[in-house]
Formats: sequence, C-alpha cells, structure tokens
Amino acid sequence: MQLTVWTYEGPPHVGAMRIATAMEDVHYVLHAPQGDTYADLLFTMIERRGKRPPVTYTTFQARDLGKDTAALFQTAARDAYARFTPGAMLVGASCTAELIQDDPAGLVAAMDLPCPVVALELPSYQRKENWGAAETFYQLVRTLAASPAPNRSNARPTANILGPTALGFRHRDDVIEVRRILNALGIAVNVVAPLGATTADIARLPAADFNICLYPEIADTACRWLAREHGQPVVTTVPIGHGATRDFIAELAALTGIDPAGACDPGHLPWWSRSVDSTYLTGKRVFIFGDATHAIAAARVARDELGFEVVGLGCYNREFARDLRAAAALYGVTPLITDDYLVVEEAIQALQPELVLGTQMERHIAKRLRIPCAVISAPVHVQDFPARYSPQMGFEGANVLFDTWVHPLVMGLEEHLLTMFRDDFEFSDMAGASHLAPLPVAPEPALQAVSPEVAPHPAPDASAARVWSADAERELLKIPFFVRGKARRNTERFAAERDVATITIDTLYDAKAHYAR
Amino acid sequence: MATAQHFGRTGCDATPVLRERGQREVFCGLTGIIWLHRKIQDAFFLVVGSRTCAHLLQSAAGVMVFAEPRFATAIIEERDLAGMADCNDELDRIVDQMLLRRPDIKLLFLVGSCPSEVIKLDLSRAAARLSVKHGGTTRILNYSGSGIETTFTEGEDACLAALVPGLAADASAKPSLMIVGALPDVVEDQFLRLFDALGIGPVHTLPARRAGAMPPVGPNTRFLLAQPFLGETARALEDRGATRLDALFPFGAEGTTDWLHAAAQAFGVDAMQFRRTIAPGRERAKRALAHARPLLEGRRISFLPDSQLEIPLARFLAIELGMVPVEVGTPYLHRRHLARELALLPAATRLSEGQDVDRQLDRVRADRPDLTVCGLGLANPLEAEGLTTKWAIELVFSPVHGFDQAGDLADLFARPLRRRDLLRV
Repeated sequence: MQLTVWTYEGPPHVGAMRIATAMEDVHYVLHAPQGDTYADLLFTMIERRGKRPPVTYTTFQARDLGKDTAALFQTAARDAYARFTPGAMLVGASCTAELIQDDPAGLVAAMDLPCPVVALELPSYQRKENWGAAETFYQLVRTLAASPAPNRSNARPTANILGPTALGFRHRDDVIEVRRILNALGIAVNVVAPLGATTADIARLPAADFNICLYPEIADTACRWLAREHGQPVVTTVPIGHGATRDFIAELAALTGIDPAGACDPGHLPWWSRSVDSTYLTGKRVFIFGDATHAIAAARVARDELGFEVVGLGCYNREFARDLRAAAALYGVTPLITDDYLVVEEAIQALQPELVLGTQMERHIAKRLRIPCAVISAPVHVQDFPARYSPQMGFEGANVLFDTWVHPLVMGLEEHLLTMFRDDFEFSDMAGASHLAPLPVAPEPALQAVSPEVAPHPAPDASAARVWSADAERELLKIPFFVRGKARRNTERFAAERDVATITIDTLYDAKAHYAR
Repeated sequence: MATAQHFGRTGCDATPVLRERGQREVFCGLTGIIWLHRKIQDAFFLVVGSRTCAHLLQSAAGVMVFAEPRFATAIIEERDLAGMADCNDELDRIVDQMLLRRPDIKLLFLVGSCPSEVIKLDLSRAAARLSVKHGGTTRILNYSGSGIETTFTEGEDACLAALVPGLAADASAKPSLMIVGALPDVVEDQFLRLFDALGIGPVHTLPARRAGAMPPVGPNTRFLLAQPFLGETARALEDRGATRLDALFPFGAEGTTDWLHAAAQAFGVDAMQFRRTIAPGRERAKRALAHARPLLEGRRISFLPDSQLEIPLARFLAIELGMVPVEVGTPYLHRRHLARELALLPAATRLSEGQDVDRQLDRVRADRPDLTVCGLGLANPLEAEGLTTKWAIELVFSPVHGFDQAGDLADLFARPLRRRDLLRV
C-alpha cells in the first residue's frame, strides 16, 4: 500500500474516458461500482463541457455482487448501443470491477454488437491515467485504422495532429496554435485526434504523409504503430517555448522540404526577456515538476529563454523517466521521478527555490512554503481551463509562458525596496508580492525552529541542530525573503563543514562570500 | 405548528413509488469525508482503497485540499492483491507513517471502499488491533464509505453509526437531548441557544467537534435527527436505549418549528412558552421566505436522487414557497423517518427511489420543469439543453437548517432562476 495525500494521475479508466469524451461518436461502457460516476464531473465541471461524457456505467452495488454482475454488464452494453448507436464502442472495467473478473471483453464479444468494439485491458493497480489514455487511443487506432491509405496525393503535404484529448492542459488552444503554424507552412491537416475526431476520421489516419506527436504521453504508442504499420514519419519536437517552436518548424521544413521562413514569427518573448526590466530574473532559482513533456519543455524555456537557474527537475509519469533523466543531465540536476507528493514537497523544501513551476499540487506545496508558483502541467483545476485563448505551444504560447511565469514574482523595484527598508508597515516581505493578494502571516522558519512543536514538517537538514546566535538570526531576517531559505541552508552547511557550533553574523557573511556566485 | 393534520391527509404517503434499477449517477459515501473532516477537528480519515478513491476525494475536495487535509488514501497495489505483501502489515505501516506526520490526531477512521470490501479486507479487526497499539493517544474506528454500500450522505450515517458503540453510557435518570447529524457550527449554535431558551437540557450533538467530547448515550437519551439520511445511526442509538423523536426535518419555518416542537413536547415544555420562545425566529424565517416567494411560487421542480434531502426539501418548497414538485427522486427512501414529510407532499408528486439515469432524464426532458435539482455530472449538460438547474451538492455544503437559514435555503433555489432572467448573453 502507498499513503497518498494527493495523486498526480487518476486511474487508467479515467484516461480511457478522456479519449472517449474527446471523440464524437465513441461510447464507453464501464463496469464500475456505484459512485464511479464522479468522473463525469471532471468533464462537466473542470472542463465545463455542456454534454454528458459518452460513458455508461454499470454502477453495481453490494446486493448485485451475489447475483449476476456479468448480466448487468451485458444489459448496460446493449442498452447503451440501442440508445447512442456509436461508431465504435469501448468496454472495460474500473479497479473494483477488475477484482470481480467479469471479463467485459468476452461478454461483449458474445453479444455481437453491430459496431467495432475495443475491449480495454487497463491494469488499475499498476498503471495510471496517462497510460490508460495512451493505451485506449492506441487500441482504437489499431482497430479502426488497420487498412492502408488508398494512395497519398503529393500535391500538398498533409499531417495528422495526434494527442490532444478531453481534460488536457491547454489542448484546445495548443491545437489552434499548431494549426496556425502548419497553415503558414502550407501543410494541410488531415485529422486531429482524438480531440474532435470521429471513428471515420481515425480510419483516415493513414492518408496523411506524417504524424505530429503533440503530446507523447497520449499519442506516442499510436504514432509508433502508425510509423511501423503505415510508414508515417513522426514529428517529435514538442513546440513549447520560442526555441522549441523554431525547432518544430525546422523539423517540419526538413520533413516536407518547405521553406520554414513563412512560419517564423518573432513573438514577444525574446524582446520582453532581453529588455532591461527582465535583468532581475537572471539566475532566479526555479524548481520544475509536471508531466515529463511539459517539465522538460519548461526547463529549456526557464534557462535559455528567461535566464533562470534550474535547480530541480522532475516528473510524475515513470513512462517518460528516461527522457527526463536526459534533460536533468543537461541542467546538472538530480532527476526526481516520483508520484509521491510528499517526496516532491521534501525536494522543494530542501532546494528552497525562488519559483516553482509545477502542477496544481505544487501550488499547494508552494503556498505552504510561501514560494511563488505557476502551473505548467496537468493535473490542474478549473481555473486552468480558461475562457480566453491561452496556448502553451507556438509563439503565442511562449508569450503566455512569459506572462504566467513572471507574474508571481515580486517586481524588480519592489524587490530592491524590500531589501533596503525592512520595517515598512505595509510593504513587508511577510506580505508577499504587493500585486497579489496578501498571504496570511505565517511564522518565519526562524521562529519555527525555536518552537519545533508548531512546525509540522521539521527541516530535513541534519544541521538544523546547529545553534543560531540571536544576532545572526536577526541578520538573516534582513536578507530578502525569496533567497533567505537558501542563505539559511548555505550557512548551516558552511558551519557544518567547518564544525562551527554557534552561527554568528560572521559565519553568515563568511558563508555568503564562500558561496558567492 | 406544522403537522400533517394542519395540511390535511392529502399527501404522498400512499403514493406508489417508482423503483428503478440502472445506471445511478450518484456519489459514493467516501464524499462524506469532505465535510466530516472539517466537523470533527481532531479526526483523520484514512481511506483504504484504490487510486480511483484518492482521485474522487481530491476531485470532490477541489480547493479545500489547498490546506493540509485530514484525509488520505492508502492505495492498494498489485503486490497487496497478489498476496506478496500482507495487507494488515501494510496497513499498520501506513497508519504509523500517517500518525507520525499528524501526531495531533485523536481519532482515526479506517474507511472501507469498494476494492477493500470486494477483497474482504477486515478493517474492523484492523481497527481493533491498531487501537490497542496506539491506545492512549489515538482511537481507531472503521466504517464503509464504499459505493457498493453507500450513496453520498450515507457515508456520514456509516461514520456516525461507527461512533455510537464507543459512546459513554449515560446512566443518569434525567433525560437528555441529542442532535444527530453534522451541522455547520453556526446552525448548531443557533439550535443550542434555542433549546437553552426552551429550558431543554443537557443537549449534546453527534458528532461533537472534538473526538474527546462525544456525547454519552443511554435509556434517557432522546434524539432528534437533523438529517434524513441517518437510518443506521438512529438504529445504533436505539440499540443503546435512546429514543428517536419523530419530527419534520428542520428546513424552513414549518419544518424547524415542528422539529423543535417534538423536543419541547418530549421535555414537557409549556405550549405558551414554546410559542413565545420560537416566535422571533419563526417570524424572521417567514419574512426571509417572503423575498423568494414571488420567484418560486407556482414553479415546477424536479429532484434527481442524490442525498435523501430531496423529500424534506420538496416538502419545504411546496408548502412554504408554493412550488410544484413534479418528480422527487431519492437514492433511498426511509419510510419511517420520512412518514410525516411524505404526508405533506402534494398528492400529485411522482416519487422515485433509485435510478436509471437515462430514463429519468427522458422524463425530465418530457416534464420540462422550471428547475431541476441534480448532481454536477448532469447540471451543465442540462443547462446546455436549456433546462435551469440547481446543483444538489450545494444543499449539503451550505448552512440550510433552522429558522435563520430558511431564507438562504430558499435563495439557493431562487438564484439559478434569477440568474437565468438576469443574463443577456
């Protein structure tokens, strides 16, 4: 068993629901106990869809367990087909139904429904949401896109955009942005899938010249199969960030022989980032966590396009651990591959970054540790399914990233004034950035160290036992709050290495000189 | 005073109930944790279940989990199922880890889920074993919040019922009153003040705000259910010798009056004093209801099953605001506890218990009520079809009981209609 306060991903059947809901004429019959319909809310509330997800649940109860739950499943499947007449049907089990082993695949095969049926095997106790989505999409593609394309006309190159789903972080607008780039290059879009696709569209996938794997977490398996089965090359650069978007365009250009100049747009990010107002962003220490694709992309933007220092990089989806490890090596940081929220919390606490780029969960951690934070990846809540246009991809996406990431930081002049004058009754560092809502005043780490019983999470650093003199403690408070944690940590490490028992003002400044960058 | 006699025996008590089996679009009992963990301040809820359970809780808890919540999930893994790990050892390890992180916890609930029940993990024995191990600091109890056994608010019923056997025995000869059901603090305080003014006491609440302050129970305990979904808890209290006072549920001026009156009668409060004491609150409630009446009177309303609050709320809306219930669906109909409520519902009301959601939606589309009370999985889709909805969960997450919330309760139903009239987009 695993103690879980927060889970980064839902169970795999939620991934399957994301595929079914993204598509137009697919219905999903899910063998699941009463209550699992909560998942509908993800789509109707978080994504605010105006339609029920195309999912029929068997919602069995305890009293059904003594009877024929298999018959219950068959009735549900038959009724669902009669009512919705889908182009294809998905059938599968949720975690509890997996335990009672009714075998939806066998049951539905015996029913001989007049539409293609994909029986999903989603091991709920091993795998998670993204895997479930990828597997479902792959199985659908395998089933529906088996026959080869007639013959591709070479008049104009065509591409499939694969990966966007329901409940995807900014998928709606990313697709628009990527379409814009393809349009500028003169590349036609054959099919976007699964988002908005019909089963007939899936059957047309082989007609494209190549595939764009926009979200590897969802589409990688299907893209590999299409490459193998239909010989379609795959564009693998994910266009998040200015540089990555240029690379994406270059990859498209190389593949199609089209001149990339037509799609290149300066965007605002390069100038915004070079303007002197952004100088104070240099070397800001940032911790990055999310799904592997977004985390890796964010690290590049953070270092190369905003001038931050990446001090931590991690992802929660083990499937892409190898890519993340390679990226972490680029930045000289230890990769953090975990789906344990408490481990992420520990890492952030130990690293004391000035900015956290993460998921909804890292917002919780950052809030508790009072570190500015921006969201770069699912899981996200309703506020990250905005009404306005806000892609992450392409040149407009880079503009959005710049604004979103800089916003939580205290602005330059304010940062200087907070350092120079510490006793202002309104603008104190305890209040946080003045353009954001004031945070409730929490005890400083210094004060918590004095009274450990109020600190729920004692600092993991073993040198916490080292004594700070009162003078040094006061001096520490004069250091701007966003680097104070790091100063404390460095000083304690410095003292530990030299076996200094009591930290004085001099120790503090000796350490500062020692670690000066 | 609102009693069945006052409104005549024209109610729904003899109406046949439509019973349907099919897809049920409802929450499981685990969702009760969302409000229970705030009500009992030193309790922790550890769900023993799957990733689905954890996902449900965090999706349902939404922003609440920004604060360190007092609930978590012990997720069953492949090796637990394969027998490679002893589930009981694993559970002990998780509980140790959890209590280390939260040493302030005095009461720990091991909450059963569908997976833990299907694999027949004996959480009651685990709770007994762990109670011994952590004796002196933390009490450990168990109940089921699984979807296969409980629907939404029944999770609270199961939790409170689990508390009952551990309540101290009350051997005193003097009768005491127990209010049963987790109410918002402000509502609880209002009721306590009213009972005090009526001279009724001692009054306890189940649950109490702290694990150490749970009420005693005995043959002289009289209890009032504040919520209609507390069948198991009522039975457990009756097993301990306590007596249930039959009353309407305290929604609106009439419901609250009847509910208080049941206690007043049981404690021999003089009729004059009763009327005098409740008059100011009752008047305020009636004034507050008058604001919402023009918008609600004559409007047709349907309830889809969710929380078992449907019947008392339909009664309130019908008799105090003139709304017309079309269909009132409930996940479970406790006939004995709701007998007086049913008697007050208009005879033409269609009652349904259980659900086949697609068929029920067909009926809603055919009925086209002015307002449909339904869960969040259905609300936006129905709005997109042009039907105005009131999402039902809010009725459990808002202070709605008692005189001083009657206006707010009416407003919960009036607001979607007002908004519909207000928007020009």
